[in-house]
Amino acid sequence: MRAVITVIGKDTVGILAKVTGICAEANVNVMDVTQTIVQDLFAMTMLTDISGLQGEFGAFSDKLTNLGTSMNLQIHVMHEDIFNSMHRI
Amino acid sequence: MLNNTDILETIQMIQEEHLDIRTITMGISLLDCISPDIDIACAKIYDKITRAAQNHVKTGQDIEKRYGIPIINKRISVTPVAVLCAGLEEKNPVKLALTLDKAAKETGVDYIGGYSALVHKGFSAGDLPLINSIPEALAVTERVCSSVNIGSTKAGINMDAVRLMGEIILETAKSTADNYCFGAAKIVVFCNAVEDNPFMAGAFHGFGEPDVVLNVGVSGPGVVRAAVAKMQGASIDEIAEQIKKTAFKITRMGQLVGTQASKALGIPFGIVDLSLAPTPAVGDSVAYILEEMGLEKCGAYGTTAALALLNDAVKKGGVMASSHVGGLSGAFIPVSEDAGMIEAVKSGALSLEKLEAMTAVCSVGLDMVVVPGDTPAEIISAMIADEAAIGMVNNKTTAVRVIPAIGMKEGEVLDFGGLFGSGPVMPVNRFSPTGFISRGGRIPAPLQSLKN
Repeated sequence: MRAVITVIGKDTVGILAKVTGICAEANVNVMDVTQTIVQDLFAMTMLTDISGLQGEFGAFSDKLTNLGTSMNLQIHVMHEDIFNSMHRI
Repeated sequence: MLNNTDILETIQMIQEEHLDIRTITMGISLLDCISPDIDIACAKIYDKITRAAQNHVKTGQDIEKRYGIPIINKRISVTPVAVLCAGLEEKNPVKLALTLDKAAKETGVDYIGGYSALVHKGFSAGDLPLINSIPEALAVTERVCSSVNIGSTKAGINMDAVRLMGEIILETAKSTADNYCFGAAKIVVFCNAVEDNPFMAGAFHGFGEPDVVLNVGVSGPGVVRAAVAKMQGASIDEIAEQIKKTAFKITRMGQLVGTQASKALGIPFGIVDLSLAPTPAVGDSVAYILEEMGLEKCGAYGTTAALALLNDAVKKGGVMASSHVGGLSGAFIPVSEDAGMIEAVKSGALSLEKLEAMTAVCSVGLDMVVVPGDTPAEIISAMIADEAAIGMVNNKTTAVRVIPAIGMKEGEVLDFGGLFGSGPVMPVNRFSPTGFISRGGRIPAPLQSLKN
């Protein structure tokens, strides 16, 4: 099972470290990371393996959302199926 | 492999363009709750609904979290309650409505639909007691929604029911006058009602449906509007193609949520309803889509053509995205729930007559239209008759959900708040249809009904 974490917002120090920190705590393996910076806007997408996730998916997602709020970023965690079903036939 | 553009597009749709699942509606049959004793019937109804739907809201919330997609409403539809009234010794069925309300609150759903009767060809036992109790039932409950089917392509139009429903709508508005006449927003009069509609106020669980089933209603006018907005200078064919592609994506999400929710709940998945359902949020408007196509205001000449194109493209895009399409499946044009429609009415661009024409090419009908509080019942009945005729002849569902704003006149605004928005009181043609409406009887089924 895989989930996509996206981070959008103003680039600041330590975004990647903090996000991966939460992943590590929850036993979520980061499989791939891509990031782009358009002008000042930081956009990162991270493909993760959540099959070993410790705890509830909801709690994991809340943690990242709260991190986003505290750093003034939008962080979303979404199961990969939503992208597969929307963009693949 | 997932690609970044697709991921960011999905997030943009959800965050900026109001993409959401409008409703997951659990259909529950109440046929096994029939009893001549109203208290026994109520106990059975309450037990069945609270048992079947105990995890409905929780499941919806889990799916919201998992996929990061908002599911705005969790609802229940039940077997038309008139059937349960038929064998009752007690002649006032309001207790049944109160029980539905209590069960809705216990399960945490927003609305429960099915305080309904199907009388397109005539009244059977239970239908009249139920219809006559609607004004009281909608005044004493919060979450119960009601609908009455008064016509169909196969049966024609029951003009006795049409006359009665004009009176019932007016009475319901009066009985809830201290609450923005909101009762009238919870009652829909249909022609060609569908059995698997997940949208309120017209949802009920039809007789051909399984015992319990899950139906999904998608939304997404904001996404379509944004897609059309990027197409400056494009031809109509290109716009139709773009709407199809967008509708496909929206519907795929509905299909995913529906199958996942039904799996989690252990009940069959019914249908995805492809309707574009607007909300009062700025940008989430069907009227704005039409305006993006090049109309100065919704209601201008060209509106019906633009809406026909939109409605057809949404269906074509959506139908391949879902294994089972059903419900109403078309663009909704509820005036008070659509910021663009409200503006169009206020600016004088959009009239009731134009809305009626628009209902010939889209789902569903005169929806959330506020009329002056002193509109006579016969005029409301005649509006119902006209809408029903459009549905009957065109083999489609049409409906009337008008709200007589008691104590208010043209130009004033009735504000419901929330998803229901606010409705400017629209002028009504005051020439009397009384002679026609008071005749009673039945409009014969049209030639279109003879298909065999």
